[in-house]
Amino acid sequence: MYRDLFVILVWRDILVRYKQTLLGAAWAILQPLTAMVIFTVVFGRFARMPSDGLPYPIFAYSALVLWTYFSQALNQSANSLILNERLVTKIYFPRVLLPTAPIVAGLLDLAIGCCLLAVLLPFYGLGLSGNIWAAPIMILLTAVTAAGAGMLISALNVKYRDFRYVLSFLIQVWFFASPVVFPATLIPEKWRILLAVNPLAGAVEGFRWALLGTGTDPWPLLASSWLSATALLVVALIYFSRSEEYFADLI
Amino acid sequence: MSRTAIRVQNLSKRYRLGARREQYPTLRETIMATVKAPFRSLSGLLGGRERDRDILWALKDVSLEVNEGEVLGIIGGNGAGKSTLLRILSRITRPTSGRAEIFGRVGSLLEVGTGFHPELTGRENVYLNGAVLGMRKTEIDRHFDSIVDFAGIEQFLDTPVKRYSTGMYVRLAFSVAAHLDTEILLVDEVLAVGDMGFQEKCLGKMSEVTRQGRTVLFVSHNLGAVGKLCSRVAVLLRGETAYLGGTEEGIATYTKQYAETTEGNDLITVNADSFHTDSKYRLAGLEIRNREGQPLEYLCTGDPVVFRIKYEMRDELRKPNFRLQIFSEDRTELFRVASAYISGVHVPILPVGTGHADLLIDFFPFTSGKYFIDLGLAGHGEGFVHTVEYAATIKVQGKDVYGSGVHMTTRLGFLVFPHDWAISVNGQEISTRSDQ
Repeated sequence: MYRDLFVILVWRDILVRYKQTLLGAAWAILQPLTAMVIFTVVFGRFARMPSDGLPYPIFAYSALVLWTYFSQALNQSANSLILNERLVTKIYFPRVLLPTAPIVAGLLDLAIGCCLLAVLLPFYGLGLSGNIWAAPIMILLTAVTAAGAGMLISALNVKYRDFRYVLSFLIQVWFFASPVVFPATLIPEKWRILLAVNPLAGAVEGFRWALLGTGTDPWPLLASSWLSATALLVVALIYFSRSEEYFADLI
Repeated sequence: MSRTAIRVQNLSKRYRLGARREQYPTLRETIMATVKAPFRSLSGLLGGRERDRDILWALKDVSLEVNEGEVLGIIGGNGAGKSTLLRILSRITRPTSGRAEIFGRVGSLLEVGTGFHPELTGRENVYLNGAVLGMRKTEIDRHFDSIVDFAGIEQFLDTPVKRYSTGMYVRLAFSVAAHLDTEILLVDEVLAVGDMGFQEKCLGKMSEVTRQGRTVLFVSHNLGAVGKLCSRVAVLLRGETAYLGGTEEGIATYTKQYAETTEGNDLITVNADSFHTDSKYRLAGLEIRNREGQPLEYLCTGDPVVFRIKYEMRDELRKPNFRLQIFSEDRTELFRVASAYISGVHVPILPVGTGHADLLIDFFPFTSGKYFIDLGLAGHGEGFVHTVEYAATIKVQGKDVYGSGVHMTTRLGFLVFPHDWAISVNGQEISTRSDQ
């Protein structure tokens, strides 16, 4: 019964997203593409950021497409309880459906964003690497991280409305703490594991490796990232289920 | 013997008013509160009471059972706890104490159109709202035509609901809700939607539902609908069950209770508690009436009024003397009458039993404002055997007594009485009399 509701909520998130906006699906490409152009100019040209031997646009876009999915899923997930206040106060259902639906709905955007790669790669004379089979692992890692952070913040948001401001700040910091515009190889090897405490570091670096086969062997990073992502999810689930029963009274 | 469908035992729900409805706490406040906490509990120990007034018991020790197939109406004023009860039964919120059990699949309609999204079309919203109400997709598929038919919006099915008129929106929303076919239905005031015609249709649908042998808990202000649909009624008053039983009697209880509870803001308040005494000679009450003997809901400057002072004697009282005083808000005595000593009405004896003394006033002369009434009873050689301070509070309604457009209030003095002016100007007289 609640599975049907979950499917409908995901479907609603997707429908609303593409109906409300003038450009609809084009946004899913435009957003990472614009970011790619800006970062290529700023970091690729001005700062001469190393890019693991890849053309900087490809280097940036392959990470940006995943990052865009992450930041949007997190943003919607974190605000989901507040935006669906009526549902929370008038209807009973497992509240966890609300912050998780945008995580799933966002996958469509990610898929559309990836389509552009099919154009960009041949343009730069590149092909997909043989590691492509591992890409779903990286996407799953990103989704788990977004779900963990999203659930935690959505529950905190019910109680403390200033988490909205914390959120935008957090996403900004998180962006520069992840190897999106810079390669992980820039960081000394012994510190790299520490970088991967940020689950997005493992996911982004791993995603690039899966697509293009560049960078270092991602598995040690991934192990660390999966560990912290799982820990985050567990903490979020515990906090969420503990505070869930008071949502309707507080929101 | 039918089975129990809903069982509620000693259910209570407490809200901290600070936590609800008011501002959301910010992180800074929470951090500060934590820092200050030791000091506050210290001051608590030193006698500063925690803020009890911020705590509201929305439900207090409510128990009730609903059998399968029964339709129970829940009535009560605003804030009586009706909606809180439904919210607990639908598991939206948890009780502070007590138990609520439901045996069977439950659907709750606390609002029509929950989850409707303005950007989505009618068709899409039917699925969305249906799922939100707990229907499975296959169920919605099955009922789809019937839902659209009931709402009468076929031609707008693919229009975003933001372009619907309010009427269409509500019709569609109710229609989805009406097709929720769970064994137990919790309904909160959803009939109060749409135009009269549609309300009739909804009521028809509801009685159809109740005839199907489903268990319904029906919250409504619409006493007519409650009377028509419900087999039993629970009356809630400030979170407590004031009555549980037959529909007709329940509605009567509620109507009476409602009249009583609204007196708090009322223009005439008789303070029944103040009449308490151990004396053998007791003043039992005060009624403020009009000439025809009907209790007054308000009193206007210049109106006729009857103060009926009721008494109850457990012993004979010789030469009784009834006293009535009227005080201004700052306790200045403005008026005093006493039946024997002042007015000269002598009664030899008040026998054992009950009775009343009426004070008849043709023209109530006080201007708009608040006044207190004290009562007293004295007997020969006994002095005052019962005095009642603050027996009643009257908020006198102003009136344009003189027909000049001025509403007389206490700012313009306490009293009005009939009078005339005659002003001489150059030998001509300008007079209020000449108008008449």
